[in-house]
Amino acid sequence: MKNHDNHISSYSLNLTVLLTLLILTTISILAIKFYLGAFTVAIALIIASVKAGIVLTYFMHLKFENLLLRLMVMGVFLLFAIVIVITFIDYYFR
Amino acid sequence: MSTTEHSEYIDSDTGKLGMWLFLFTELFLFGGLFIVYAVMRSKYSNDFHQAALELNAFIGATNTVVLLVSSMTVAMSLTAIQQNRPNLAIGLLLITLILAGVFMMNKYFEWGHKFSLHLYPGSDVMKTLPHGEIMFFGLYFMMTGLHAIHVIIGGVLLIIVIFKLKSGKINQEHYLLHENGALYWHLVDLIWIFLFPLLYLIT
Amino acid sequence: MNDTSPTVPLNYLNHKTGLWSWLSSTDHKRIGLLYLYSITIFFCTAAVLGLLMKIEKIAPGETIMNAQTYNGIFTIHGIIMIFIVVIPGLAAVFGNFFLPIMIGAKDVAFPKLNLFSWYVYIGGAMLGLYSQFANGHSPDTGWTFYVPYSAEASSNVVIALTAAFVLGFASILTGLNFIVTIHRMRAPGMTWFRMPLFPWSLYATAWIQILATPIIGITLLMVIAERTLQIGFFDPALGGDPILYQHLFWIYSHPAVYVMILPAMGVVSEIFPTFSQKPIFGYMPIVFSSLAIALVGYFVWGHHMFTSGMSYQARWFFSLLTFIVAIPSAIKVFNWLSTMYGGSVDLKPPLLYAISFIFLFTIGGFTGLTLGSLATNIQTHNTDFVVAHFHYIIFGGMGFGFFAGIHYWYPKIYGRMYNIRWANIAWGILFAGFNILYFPMFIIGLQGMPRRYFDYDPKFQTGQIISSIGAFILIIGLIGMISNLIYHRRRGAIAPANPWHGVTLEWQIPSPPPHENFDEVPVITREPYIFDHPYTKSN
Repeated sequence: MKNHDNHISSYSLNLTVLLTLLILTTISILAIKFYLGAFTVAIALIIASVKAGIVLTYFMHLKFENLLLRLMVMGVFLLFAIVIVITFIDYYFR
Repeated sequence: MSTTEHSEYIDSDTGKLGMWLFLFTELFLFGGLFIVYAVMRSKYSNDFHQAALELNAFIGATNTVVLLVSSMTVAMSLTAIQQNRPNLAIGLLLITLILAGVFMMNKYFEWGHKFSLHLYPGSDVMKTLPHGEIMFFGLYFMMTGLHAIHVIIGGVLLIIVIFKLKSGKINQEHYLLHENGALYWHLVDLIWIFLFPLLYLIT
Repeated sequence: MNDTSPTVPLNYLNHKTGLWSWLSSTDHKRIGLLYLYSITIFFCTAAVLGLLMKIEKIAPGETIMNAQTYNGIFTIHGIIMIFIVVIPGLAAVFGNFFLPIMIGAKDVAFPKLNLFSWYVYIGGAMLGLYSQFANGHSPDTGWTFYVPYSAEASSNVVIALTAAFVLGFASILTGLNFIVTIHRMRAPGMTWFRMPLFPWSLYATAWIQILATPIIGITLLMVIAERTLQIGFFDPALGGDPILYQHLFWIYSHPAVYVMILPAMGVVSEIFPTFSQKPIFGYMPIVFSSLAIALVGYFVWGHHMFTSGMSYQARWFFSLLTFIVAIPSAIKVFNWLSTMYGGSVDLKPPLLYAISFIFLFTIGGFTGLTLGSLATNIQTHNTDFVVAHFHYIIFGGMGFGFFAGIHYWYPKIYGRMYNIRWANIAWGILFAGFNILYFPMFIIGLQGMPRRYFDYDPKFQTGQIISSIGAFILIIGLIGMISNLIYHRRRGAIAPANPWHGVTLEWQIPSPPPHENFDEVPVITREPYIFDHPYTKSN
């Protein structure tokens, strides 16, 4: 029975990740001060996606997991994105 | 080859894969609400902007910080048990739970404030609002409500982990439940990472 | 319930006895049978409801029930058949029983979760039944729960929605269990491409269960929120869009039909090699077709909504994708037929059902293309043409696939053989009844007979009468088929371990299987479906 991968995230790694996330959060809050029109959504989502990616990669340990799991996670997000895009083929052109 | 017949512990890679698959279902569960958000936001962008002014971005940002820190503490608690320091692990989990409590308290005050203004789905005030604002508030309550339920579930999971750390069932050799509980907690954080800008930062 | 005489070796049926040993068992084989018995009971219930509908429609106007009752009956008929019988069906019964065995495992990855899933399933089913009898009247929204009616109707809609939610949860847990089982529990040497096709079909199915079901979960919660909180997502008076409900509903419910059909395709993919005594034609194309169906099936949902008011671009897109998703299914049909070509074909009941599966599924599939074409859809949408189409695909496909599976694996499950002649006769009656029941519905549908109507213009009556007669014949066939299987459960001839000369792992262990499936962990060294010594009637 295999017991866990061998990688242990150090406390400093976890702290660094948190600080990065806090910085990105601050950026996204400051970004709304500038009115960017339609791009506001895009910027907010991009920063959120980067934060999510960092949580997935480091806190959720994906960086140290096998490729299969990483492919699954990417596939899930991709599928969801495709479903939203297809839904908008209706709404955008109505 | 099932190991459950011969050991009370599930093989960790097997158990972890199961947990990730469950997380996928949670992502798609919230995903349905994100689809509604996307459609309504594109239809009523001005009303959404207007309605979001009712939200307190400061509380939202505080809650974001709270959850991010709690994600770090739960990740650190995992490091602690991997280093055979169960008491540190328990301490970090307790901090995580306290942060969860802060989150829920903020939520309580936020919602309470809205209720006091008669701002909730189906209320007399809600019916007078423009359509887009009704949609925004409906999404606000349903998304943050469903998220809060998951905060509670996550908290309960972590409490179970604490008890098992105390009893030694979770230890340096066997910590799958701890790992899975942490994953679930990170998911709660992950969802909020998207909720925060979409609900609070569209002013 | 089982033989415990000293000459019968210990197997999963007799090693522990008593009702509680069954209700608390985490043995995947027992859980599979728990599902089999509960699903059979629900199927028979819903079939009787269908028969009642057909009796009502023998004549225009009120025959044996009024419009309200009819609407309630087609609603619960759909809820039971879709959520309680057909979606769980093959995976929960044969997947549970045979997936671990066919990959050389002792059990699924999470046996306790497996038992828990069955209890969740039963809970959901009980809630569904409760919606019929609780205060207020039974829901009459159809199993599709379309807004605005589902948001406004005064019947027990919330209970029914909750039932569907709970049943969805059971589906998710089973899918999760199967994916992990296939990834982690395969026997040594069983690489992915040495896995037989039934496990492959379960793998594709399980991904749909995991990724599609949550969407209907949240959608049902949204309808509950509409009813209880006036949340407004689907209410135009509050700014919502009722078509958004349809989008969300079908984003799950279309992939759900692939949950229904993929395991059935997996079953017949096992039956054809065995009853032709030669390898399956095109193992790789069938594997990739299964995965392709699962993936592309996510992108066609709008074909249920062509007349609802979507943009032209959306209608165009969904129609195109619908045609594309038909291709992998067609590939499989060619492969199954080619498997039989040149083989030593033995027309036993499993093969009879498998061949009729192809026939019925093909008719269903072709009529699906008619429905998937924008121009003809306007004529056929919401008519009995649609009802005929999906009964051919679901009942003719998944249903006959299920019957094929039970006739194939019965001797392995129970260690007994049913009466072959009885089974063949029942098949004939069933097959005839099926076509007499459903084929006329294509015709009257094209002529304009709407679906979900209990009354109709007298010009449709001839077709309705023929169809209703077919229903009776079908029921007789079903009774014949089921009674054969029940009667021989204890009285049939003792079946050998490998009565059909199959080559997959389940045929290499005793009938009925021992509790832990294998005395020694099997080691796989070859591709599946290699017939070293094909059985012909002469040898």
